[in-house]
Amino acid sequence: MNWQLMADAFPRLLAGVPLTLQLVALAEILGLVLATGTALARLSGNRVLERVSRAYVFVFRGTPLLVQIFLIYYGLGQFPAIRESVLWPILREPYWCAVIALMLNTGAYTSEIIRGGIQSVPHGQVEAARACGMGRWLTFRRIVAPVAIRQALPAYGNEVILMVKASSLASTITLLEVTGIARRIIAQSYAVFEVFIVAGAIYLVINFTLAALVRLAEQRLTPWVRA
Amino acid sequence: MLDLLAFGSSGWGDELLGGAAMTLAVAVASFLLGLVFGSAGAAAKLSYSLFLRGVAEVYTTVVRGIPELLVIYLLFFGGGNMLQAVAGVFGYEGFIQPNAFTVGVVAVGLISGAYSTEVIRGAVQSVPFGQIEAARACGMGRWLILVRILAPQTLRFALPGLGNVWQLTLKDTSLISVTALAEIMRMAHIASGSTRQPFLFYGTAAVLYLLLTTLSTLVFERAERHAMRGVRRA
Repeated sequence: MNWQLMADAFPRLLAGVPLTLQLVALAEILGLVLATGTALARLSGNRVLERVSRAYVFVFRGTPLLVQIFLIYYGLGQFPAIRESVLWPILREPYWCAVIALMLNTGAYTSEIIRGGIQSVPHGQVEAARACGMGRWLTFRRIVAPVAIRQALPAYGNEVILMVKASSLASTITLLEVTGIARRIIAQSYAVFEVFIVAGAIYLVINFTLAALVRLAEQRLTPWVRA
Repeated sequence: MLDLLAFGSSGWGDELLGGAAMTLAVAVASFLLGLVFGSAGAAAKLSYSLFLRGVAEVYTTVVRGIPELLVIYLLFFGGGNMLQAVAGVFGYEGFIQPNAFTVGVVAVGLISGAYSTEVIRGAVQSVPFGQIEAARACGMGRWLILVRILAPQTLRFALPGLGNVWQLTLKDTSLISVTALAEIMRMAHIASGSTRQPFLFYGTAAVLYLLLTTLSTLVFERAERHAMRGVRRA
């Protein structure tokens, strides 16, 4: 074990943290919107919407993220129509391709989490709200959403941590986030273990922090459980 | 365009199918290795020894907390050195380079094992303790209790969770393509490089993965039905 190598690698790896967090944050925010839409479409009762959301979830949960990233980054550029379209400045950038792939991936998983949360709301509560004269939106805002969010939170926390780990795949399309930098340092110095330990520790710190934040949110949302 | 997927020397169909077979082989081998790690991990987590519990806790926390790609890089770049160090203890001084298949299976097996540990631990704990007491009262030894009471029920309780671990393992094998093992992603990468049709080949790869995951969902559903055949439904 070479301590000097570890000390040298630490600041270089730390420089990749902002990019990792950026990728995760952007993908999570956009993915949450997509997931909510997908979950609502799935529960809408409209046949077509239901089919579409089902197919989307099936495809993105059934294939590895690596395939999705490569399809978007390498695959889309194959078509002249896309290369000449207004979207090309975005789809040309590995950064945006990674964000889009992560967003689509997390959207599929999160939509199932949200659907589970919404379906966990007891039907009697919704009926009671209707009996009180609440409209659809008011029922959703006051009754369904709070209970569903509380139910879905632990699973959602897991999904965010999975996304932090998944963001490492962005290094396969040239992005230099923590894993990308780790790979580069390993190739330069052959210090496999030193770099692995430092990079692994950085990811563990990020994930522990996120897990603690989710636990805090859980506690805040269930004040009556608190001792 | 689709003739590029033909079988034989004119197309890439047989190469991709070979890649799918390799993916399946790696996935099965790593899943089984993961079950070994998982059983050992669960046994350690449930043991009375503080040391064993600590080791298992560190294993599952670290492996589940860092990216799979990092674990694969560690074993791919560092696996040879590790083996050489171990061989050095036994007096062997030659050069050792493990092949890509072994590295991949060990890497994905380690990851799969961390998830299996939690699943198996939960399943063992959901066997009611009264049954074990009853078995002891009947005069069964530890081994007999394991074989007759714990193992059959653990298997049944663990099946849904292990199905999830299998799907994860199957998808994680795509990451071994960075070690140039000829599985689906690697073949798709080579094919799209030489034909300049990346969308076609990565799309085909996606379809192959979908087939594999869908097929395994069906297999696990059947296995669960079989395992639950003696249980009354609510």
